[in-house]
Amino acid sequence: MSVRKTPLISVVALTAVLAAGTAAAGELNVVCSNEQDWCDLMASNYEDATGNTVNMVRKSTGETLAQVRAEAGNPKIDVWWGGTGDPHLIAAAEGLTQPSGADTSDLYPWAQNLAAISEGKTIGIHLGVLGIAYNREILEQKGIEPPACWKDLADPRFKGEIQVANPNSSGTAYTELATLVQVFGEDEAFALLKQIGENVNSYTKSGSAPSKAAARGETGVSIGFEHDMVKLRIAGFPLEIVSPCEGTGYEVGGVSIIKGAKNLEEAKQWVEFVLSAEAQSAGPEVGVYNIPSNRDARIPDAAPDVSTIKLIDYDFATYGSTETRARLLERWDAEIKP
Amino acid sequence: MQRTTWLWLLVGLVGYCLVPWYMTEGGFWRFGWLSGIAADADTGAGIWLAFLHGRLYLGAPLPVLAGVAAALLLLADPLRRARAIVALSAAGLGLVMLQGFAVGMNGPRFLTGLFGALGGAEGQAGFGAGATLTLFSLLFMLTTSLSAAGRSTGDAFVTGLIGLIVALVALFVFFPVSTVLVNAFRAPQGGLSLGHFLSEFFSADLWGLSCLTFTDQCGPAINSVLLATMTGATTTLLGLAFALIFTRTNFRAKKLLRLLTVIPIITPPFVIGLALILLFGRTGTVTAIVSYLFDVPKTRWIYGFGGVYLAQVLSFTPIAFLVLIGVVEGISPSMEEASQTLDADAWQTFRRVSFPLMRPGLANAFLLGFIESLADFGNPLVLGGGNYNVLSTEIYFSIVGTIADPSRTAVLSIALLSLTLGAFLLQRRWVGKKSYATVTGKADSGRHAALSRGVKIAAYATALPWAAFTAVVYSMIAFGSVVKLWGYDNTFTLAHYIRAFGIKHTAHGWRFKGVAWDSYFTTLQIATIAAPLTALVGLGTAYLLVRQRFWGKEAFEFSTMLSFAIPGTVIGVSYILAFNFPPIELTGTSIILIIVFVFRNMPVGVRGGIAAMSQLDKSLDEASITLGANSFTTVRRVIRPLMGPAILAALTYSFVRAITSVSAVIFLVSAKHNMATSFIVGRVENGEFGIAIAYSAVLIFTMLAAIVLLQLLVGKRTLRRTDRVAGAP
Repeated sequence: MSVRKTPLISVVALTAVLAAGTAAAGELNVVCSNEQDWCDLMASNYEDATGNTVNMVRKSTGETLAQVRAEAGNPKIDVWWGGTGDPHLIAAAEGLTQPSGADTSDLYPWAQNLAAISEGKTIGIHLGVLGIAYNREILEQKGIEPPACWKDLADPRFKGEIQVANPNSSGTAYTELATLVQVFGEDEAFALLKQIGENVNSYTKSGSAPSKAAARGETGVSIGFEHDMVKLRIAGFPLEIVSPCEGTGYEVGGVSIIKGAKNLEEAKQWVEFVLSAEAQSAGPEVGVYNIPSNRDARIPDAAPDVSTIKLIDYDFATYGSTETRARLLERWDAEIKP
Repeated sequence: MQRTTWLWLLVGLVGYCLVPWYMTEGGFWRFGWLSGIAADADTGAGIWLAFLHGRLYLGAPLPVLAGVAAALLLLADPLRRARAIVALSAAGLGLVMLQGFAVGMNGPRFLTGLFGALGGAEGQAGFGAGATLTLFSLLFMLTTSLSAAGRSTGDAFVTGLIGLIVALVALFVFFPVSTVLVNAFRAPQGGLSLGHFLSEFFSADLWGLSCLTFTDQCGPAINSVLLATMTGATTTLLGLAFALIFTRTNFRAKKLLRLLTVIPIITPPFVIGLALILLFGRTGTVTAIVSYLFDVPKTRWIYGFGGVYLAQVLSFTPIAFLVLIGVVEGISPSMEEASQTLDADAWQTFRRVSFPLMRPGLANAFLLGFIESLADFGNPLVLGGGNYNVLSTEIYFSIVGTIADPSRTAVLSIALLSLTLGAFLLQRRWVGKKSYATVTGKADSGRHAALSRGVKIAAYATALPWAAFTAVVYSMIAFGSVVKLWGYDNTFTLAHYIRAFGIKHTAHGWRFKGVAWDSYFTTLQIATIAAPLTALVGLGTAYLLVRQRFWGKEAFEFSTMLSFAIPGTVIGVSYILAFNFPPIELTGTSIILIIVFVFRNMPVGVRGGIAAMSQLDKSLDEASITLGANSFTTVRRVIRPLMGPAILAALTYSFVRAITSVSAVIFLVSAKHNMATSFIVGRVENGEFGIAIAYSAVLIFTMLAAIVLLQLLVGKRTLRRTDRVAGAP
């Protein structure tokens, strides 16, 4: 046979030979589950403060957890920063993360609590309050009195106007479910959820979708985290935010070092940096409207005013555990799911 | 054959003796490894590691390569020589792969005693350049000798191509996919169990039919089948209407129409969904107008089957069109002329001659639309609402939901695959074994029969309203990128573009200050590398499937579609599970992104290639072979020039898909290699629609420019002296 065929095959072979490149040492690989701008700002501030190079990518919490699980044993990520605490707690419970040994004495109790129940594997970085949002224009148009409490949502006047996520796919909706259980007790909470369910037009898959729909008037009322709602309101949508009168729950965002991290020292520096008052105070520059975990950090003006909100003492140890979660979701599927 | 084998032997020797066996820190191209090729235990070449550093388990290639050299020098009888080399290189391939999988990062994973004794106790890193070269050398020595030993019907080129593609598909499709699917058989109490799988698979949750009686929602599997069938049929019909207008009419605004047929394919996901909500949502423009005119209540019908179907048809019609245009154009006018000479009218000619000849094109277009719809998860996520569930979204949330369930992921994926397999078998039956060759090398007049009046009106009536609809949707997207808050505050602004793509003049020259530049450049780079490779692998496979006969061809054909038919999320996770650990450690590199694009998008090259190649008469190949050319020359000089549209379609599609795909890359993008879509999705999630749409608009223009460039590069095929349409009767 002729050798003329070799060029084609050589090209293919050479391309495969390119398969030789791994990360160089002395850097830090961060997965960020916060807003993109906040991710970028924190990375560049950290680089300025420490001189380390940060490689950062933004992924949602569910995706990050799936990736950390799949990579267990040979992780490509050093630190996971941001996103609700529940998946961080799951990662800690599954032994996917390791204690950072960072000092938590300057932090609010709710942030220290996250560290306590995870044996230091994840530490609280911010607090986001669960709330209700409504579209002012839609409710005015339809002549519906705005809600003030969780129980209002069960009123027939909201028929077909409430949107909330499905707790099976959304951590936000699970926080809502667990909050109602803690506020009203389990049986009464499910009875209420059933009544609210009569008014729900759709259980969306994503936790932030209901508030976006409310912003555009696709639904009248949504349940979600207030910092997302603040963002939409500041963007210009006619959204009003309500902190329910019976008391409401919250999420605590976490930061965790992945077990087997290749750049452990830089990762520890990262954890200490993001917990510092100076680093957390930069949030408002890029429109971060949750409450920072360091007592000395500046709270954004537009953030929900915690002193006027009745916050419950959210039990992360119980409601973050896999057994409770599985049980509540099973009951939700049986009684609430349309 | 001898010269070729010598050449591959040389490649193998270089790979084994001179190039680092493992992956090197800092990448291959920095050449820091050159100094330590014999001395260093990390960057050494295989032979030195094996015999100087006590890693005896790497020793297998030495006797194999020496044996091949001996066979080449000492054995005079070609047949015995070939057989000896087949045996040696097959053994070498097996042994190298075996040690790679046996000795993990922290020591032997199985055959512990044996590999411990051979020096594997410390564990090893992943295959690097040296190992790759050695494996390629062994593979091609094997295929070259197989063909020389008469064990294959093809010549060395064909056998090499089969060997290469089978090896690549096994490594980058079968291996990763099986790591996920095996979970389907994993019972909750541990161990593998078929019973567990069967009870999960056939559960009523999955296959529930209650929507047919309007009592409740159907199971996600049934929803998926109904949606995919509708989408496949509609996109094929629309694609056909467009293709007929292009080739068989004298429609004036063909260029504009052409633009409208390709734009949807290059739209980053989520954007179409959002545009449809702004049009047809409860507060949408169209909804408001209809409600005002006809006094109907404003509803949320768009969230559910209707919206998803509309968005999918919009997104996937271009694929059907790309497959069909080449096929419709390729039908020889001779047949149509013959039909008319025999006194058939335009309708009879279309019905009895042209249409049947389009079968392979129609079948492949339908199959692609069907599979795309099954695997699509962006549109159902945005428009599915809460109550309309399809398999792809169910799978996504079984991976990233509040409770991850690998077993459910696997069961759902198998359900999806079984649907794909069903569609695949059906389309094969429908196409049948008839010959569709119409490009024969014989001269014809080049005058396509004009369409009959009825068909023409039908084509216009189908295609033009759709084109208008597409135009409206895209004007809205362009509009959305230059207003403050799309759909709410319509004040003109360029702020989104400046934030994303700002360029600033500083003391150090022009700086790319915009936040999108990084991912933009990475995306373009990866798409540019992936597209030609995809087209090459795809069309190479199509060539084998249409022109060559070999054992296991049907299974091979189906296996090439596996990675396409599985939702991207599953592929993403499976690639991490398979390629995060030695011997093949690719996560965190750009190579894994390129590979995932090549193997995920190659089916379009395969399908389009099959459709186009079944039109080329085999006599063309035979003429070339008779004149003394080998298969490679025949492919290069005869088939390639006639495959212009298929090549263009494959290149276009893979380039565009590499830029617009979301689900597969979400798990594979890394800090250094972030992609445009994951950037856009992040912004959409965060409610920053303006910048997301502005970025999408820039991507759309980039891709349009790329397509025009590709068209110029690939060139137009000349099937006959002139392509024109006969005057209407």
